[in-house]
Amino acid sequence: MFEVISFYLFSFLTIAMFWIAVTSSQALHALSALAAGMIFISGFFFILDADFLGAIQIVVYSGAVLVLYSFGMMFFDTTRDIVEREVNTLIPSVLSVLSAVMVVLIFMAPIVGDNIISHYPVIEGAGNAQQVGMVLFTKYLIPFEVAAIMLLVAMIAGIVLAGKKMDKSLTLMRDEEIEIMHERDRKAGL
Amino acid sequence: MEITLTHYLVLSTILFSIGLVGIMRRKNLLMLFFATEILLNAVNVGLAAISHYYNDLTGQLFAFFIIAIAASEIAVGLGLLIVWYKRTGSIDLDTLTSMKG
Amino acid sequence: MEMLLYIALFSPLVGSLFAALFTAQKKTLIAGVVPSALLFTSFVASTLLLIQVLQGNTINVELMTWMATGNLYIPFGFVIDQISVTMMMVVTLVSTIVHIYSIGYMDHDKSFNRFFSWLSAFVFSMMVLVMSDNFAGLFIGWEGVGLCSWALIGFWYHKESATWAANEAFIMNRIADLGMLIGIFLVYWNTGTLQYAEAFAIMPTLDNSTLTMIGIFLFIGAMGKSAQFPLHTWLADAMEGPTPVSALIHAATMVTAGVYLIVRSNELYDLIPNVGLFIASLGAFVAMFAASMALVNRDMKRIIAYSTLSQLGYMFAAAGLGAYWVALFHLVAHAFFKALLFLGAGNVMHAMSDELDPFKMGGLRKVMKGTFIMMTLASVALAGLFPLAGFFSKDLILEAAFAEHHFIIYSVLLFTAGLTAFYSFRLVALIFHGEERYKIFGIHPHEAYKFMLVAMSPLAILAVIAGSLKMTYFEMVTNLLPATEYHIHSHTTYWIMTIGTQLFVGLAIAFAYKKYIGKVKEDKEFEKRFCYKVLFNQYYIPHFYDEYIVKPYRELSYIFWKQIDLKIVDATVDFIGTSLYKTGEVTRGVQNGNLSTMLKWMVAGLAVLLVLAAMFTLVATNADFLLSVYHDLGA
Repeated sequence: MFEVISFYLFSFLTIAMFWIAVTSSQALHALSALAAGMIFISGFFFILDADFLGAIQIVVYSGAVLVLYSFGMMFFDTTRDIVEREVNTLIPSVLSVLSAVMVVLIFMAPIVGDNIISHYPVIEGAGNAQQVGMVLFTKYLIPFEVAAIMLLVAMIAGIVLAGKKMDKSLTLMRDEEIEIMHERDRKAGL
Repeated sequence: MEITLTHYLVLSTILFSIGLVGIMRRKNLLMLFFATEILLNAVNVGLAAISHYYNDLTGQLFAFFIIAIAASEIAVGLGLLIVWYKRTGSIDLDTLTSMKG
Repeated sequence: MEMLLYIALFSPLVGSLFAALFTAQKKTLIAGVVPSALLFTSFVASTLLLIQVLQGNTINVELMTWMATGNLYIPFGFVIDQISVTMMMVVTLVSTIVHIYSIGYMDHDKSFNRFFSWLSAFVFSMMVLVMSDNFAGLFIGWEGVGLCSWALIGFWYHKESATWAANEAFIMNRIADLGMLIGIFLVYWNTGTLQYAEAFAIMPTLDNSTLTMIGIFLFIGAMGKSAQFPLHTWLADAMEGPTPVSALIHAATMVTAGVYLIVRSNELYDLIPNVGLFIASLGAFVAMFAASMALVNRDMKRIIAYSTLSQLGYMFAAAGLGAYWVALFHLVAHAFFKALLFLGAGNVMHAMSDELDPFKMGGLRKVMKGTFIMMTLASVALAGLFPLAGFFSKDLILEAAFAEHHFIIYSVLLFTAGLTAFYSFRLVALIFHGEERYKIFGIHPHEAYKFMLVAMSPLAILAVIAGSLKMTYFEMVTNLLPATEYHIHSHTTYWIMTIGTQLFVGLAIAFAYKKYIGKVKEDKEFEKRFCYKVLFNQYYIPHFYDEYIVKPYRELSYIFWKQIDLKIVDATVDFIGTSLYKTGEVTRGVQNGNLSTMLKWMVAGLAVLLVLAAMFTLVATNADFLLSVYHDLGA
């Protein structure tokens, strides 16, 4: 019973939060809603006995990613409202609903549901983190290392890309100065 | 009443559709990134649910890798976004039309 | 032995390729001398092979495998036997002489080098044709000579008439070659091999109708190459080419390939005497038909061309009656004196600045003594007077016809012999005797180069003495061909026939001289007569072809071009092009560079794919149900 109540509660909350995240015209509201949604998602993970994944979700998403976004937003002028010029919302809605219905249909079809075979069954008598660790460092060792390298590369790339002209701040510069800087950049082919 | 795999999959699909709506209607690049995060999370929910109901750890591991990918995507994406903003002073999608054929 | 064979076969090819190296350059004497020397080598090799064959050795070599797929096995095989060695001797001898002659004849032509390249290539093709030991090799040679003939007839391609004649010859031969090809296919279909020896060994076991089909289709090929009625028109038009070409290709060698084919297939035609009789009848008809056209023609080379046609008719008559060795003997003798006649005509043409109308010549005897003697000799040989070559070969054909009791063929051929004598000496009388009409036209004739006359002399000698070689030749070829000796039973009849023929021919010559040796006046009355007009216009056959085949074909082609090609084929192709182009025009709006739009398209594509996947799963899960519905509907 607890499971049912928590499922529906979290479902309602995540859907509501994400809906706010995609429709809000205030960047700050959207970001906050997203953060909340992420945390509620981790709730599902705990319900599903994926404790490790839930922890990761909170740490990486709610922690790292959203902090990253918050810092990113400081670069942009997000105090004003985000004006969405899109007036025709019919097409996005129809397409999304259609896709959703189709995905559900496919999942419901027995041909998919009946063909899932368990290759790495849950190991009895071990905690979730332990289980994940055992599979991750045996079968998925190489993908894990590749992911690590990818993260390293992404980190370097982020630093290099965002770190250019860190000494200059567009918000503190006057418009003429910005114009001159842009002109120089264009000549340099940047 | 019991919660089955189907419940989770339907939830995952709904979240995914919300993500799709966001992708299509957002014009601000940063907001667009939010929408992609929603998409990834929707998939993660589905994977974790399948993992649970089939007693198979593969789903959780996939979700784990997806989180890793999302993290690196954000790092690089935000970096690019900042560079772009410095060049043009705008992160509006409609100004990104250098690919016009 | 094998070495000799390869030398004989490939020397002309080497000569041709050598001359081809110089085709883009100005005239170089070496481009003519080297091929001639190589051809002489080939001639010597052929002679040595002839000696071998006379001693009773025949050779059959396989150069290499050409095709081997499944049951089909065709080697590049060559055979030296009595028939092929005879042909090789004729081809190499005449072509050597013609090559040497051409060095003088083509002296002032700017395409001297190209000429020799093609001429040697022709000889090579002809050697392949006669030496091959299977039908496939024969066909290669057959097409090779056709190609070289085309190039040489149209040698002066800047002349409209030359290119036209070349194309006519080529197209006529294509028509006939189709028949030939069908014949070869039939041979393979029914016997499973294309080797002469094996195929002919199987043929007696085949049923008669199949053999008749094979015989007829092969003969259609022979008809085209040897210009038999109704495919004869190209030969007279082929005289647009240089005269040495006419001498070599259109008198001595290529046009006799048809006769060679019949002789080579003698074992086949022996099995189907009805087809043989048809060939003989057609031959006799062509002999007279062509001779009659030669009577009134006013073009020196065309007269000789018609004479060639007529003599080919004789050969076919003999071959059709089963007298294969006689046909081959006449082929050899004819090659000598007809080549001589053509080369003589070439000298006259040069002397007269390319004038061809014998009515504008006359009295050339005084300035061109050598040519005069040789052409007279050739004409006497052609007319068949004792003791020159023509007498022996042509009389044999008449005897064969008589002994086989085909009296109609006999009388037609006898009458044609008279016509032959008349037109030959009409030509001689008009060119060399009588008053010097050319003076009116301000032409100063001169004799050809000495070496050209020397080159021609072996032909003159052979035209005289070829008859005496008859018995040696007979003994040689009858190893391979049916040795039918044609004896007229009573001696009296034989003598009456021979002397009668001689007298008839003699009278015809005398009449020709009487009519044309003195003052030649334009006989307007005669020229208005119907029969003259018919003959002069070649029985209106070219006109008929033009009116009822060429024109409708042209109109049909025009309709196809305008209606089908432009309106259907081109329109279809254009439609494909324009529709793609329009699609691009319309859809380029998608490519507006706006990421938001692109994302929308991406989601749309995802939706479509998902719909397809859903449909697939629905169909797959309900397959049994759908199948039962389908069966209810269908059954």
